[in-house]
Amino acid sequence: MDFDLMQRVFPFFLEAAWITIILSVLTAILGLTCGILGAAARLSRFALLRFVGAAYVSVIRGTPALIQLFILYFGGPQIGIQLDAFEAGVIGLGLNAGAYMTETIRGAIITIDKGQIEAARTVGLSRLQTMRYVVLPQAMRLMIRPLGVNINALIKATALVAAISVVELTYTAQRYIGSTYKPFEMFLIAGILYMIIIYVTGQAVAWLDRKARIN
Amino acid sequence: MTDQKPFIDIRHAQKSFGTLEVLKDINLQVQKGQIVAIIGPSGSGKSTLLRAINDLDPLTGGEVWLEDKRINKTLPHSQYEKHINLVRQEIGMVFQHFNLFPHLKVRENVTLAPKMLKGLSGTEANKLAEEQLEKVGMLERIDYYPSQLSGGQKQRVAIARALAMNPKVMLFDEATSALDPELVEEVNLVMKKLAQEHMTMIIVTHEMSFAEAVCDKVLFMDQGVVVEEGPPEVIFRNPKNDRTKEFLRKHLAGQNA
Repeated sequence: MDFDLMQRVFPFFLEAAWITIILSVLTAILGLTCGILGAAARLSRFALLRFVGAAYVSVIRGTPALIQLFILYFGGPQIGIQLDAFEAGVIGLGLNAGAYMTETIRGAIITIDKGQIEAARTVGLSRLQTMRYVVLPQAMRLMIRPLGVNINALIKATALVAAISVVELTYTAQRYIGSTYKPFEMFLIAGILYMIIIYVTGQAVAWLDRKARIN
Repeated sequence: MTDQKPFIDIRHAQKSFGTLEVLKDINLQVQKGQIVAIIGPSGSGKSTLLRAINDLDPLTGGEVWLEDKRINKTLPHSQYEKHINLVRQEIGMVFQHFNLFPHLKVRENVTLAPKMLKGLSGTEANKLAEEQLEKVGMLERIDYYPSQLSGGQKQRVAIARALAMNPKVMLFDEATSALDPELVEEVNLVMKKLAQEHMTMIIVTHEMSFAEAVCDKVLFMDQGVVVEEGPPEVIFRNPKNDRTKEFLRKHLAGQNA
């Protein structure tokens, strides 16, 4: 193993890791937003919204994320959507993560015992108040861990945007392989940095989950 | 009897799930302060009837009135929501499985609705919670979570939660059926206390001796119809209908076994 080379390229990988982190954070924010809207649509009393929510989930989950990114980035201009690689990456991955998060959030909400809703409605609380003060506080605790799993998947999925030339960790590794012919070392550095990001995120989720349980 | 206008008036209640008719033309009048027990085998429709009163299980036919207000109205969604939320504030309900809010302390279980719906301040709400919990003997557990309580205690808190909205009527849906036998009495005592305060109550129950001791009127339901109704001493001691006799005989045999 060429440790000397690894040391020399490491600062560039750190920069790339920073891009991966920003990409992950933005994707998670967009994903959560889409997930909340998607879950609201899927649980709506309006059939049309339920259909839109269900269609969103099955289209996204039924196709590879890479194809979604390609359609957005390479196909977008054909239908008048001009995005740079980073924007396409965030939007594509965010929409993708949102579909999985829709199901996570919806799953947690429908797990709450129907008796809870009945008890809230019989004291006169409205649908919205019931959701806000009775169902969601209980569902939020249930969804922390599974959302953590979604976020874990989303971080790893950011590697896909290398294919549309976003200069993040995976792309950087590939670029240095081109000039150094040392794929083992380069992918090793990238892999370790991914692991650190995922480990820290995992700890944060576990901490949140513990905190929610204590209260 | 009086010719007084009934407090609760159920007229020609009919309910179907698809082709299955679970309530068939049921009529029930309850006077103010009256305590009515509904008994019958499981699947007789007694819970469905009770849950129709606050429109939790809406009827497919017939009318439910509380004083001069029609409860089960057909309205556009948002108007119906407004209407039913107001009506439900006047009708307390207690469930077989308590349905306390597990993420809230006993205090907050009681104050949630009064705070949200009656705009009580923090201090007013706390005072209300203390009063209601005192009444059911649960004041010392005010800062516990439901998971820290026994079944009987949970049900007493659930009664306090319902009473906190100052309802005109209380509905009990097998309130003691999920309790261990030794915990039934503490809940029965609270219900007896309410009876002494002339709360109007409709009680779906399997506790025949409690129904006999507390109620003014008993309905025996079977297969979606009221088979027999009358004062408890008649229904329990001298029932006319064969199905009532059969049910009570089986029930007593079960209890003694």
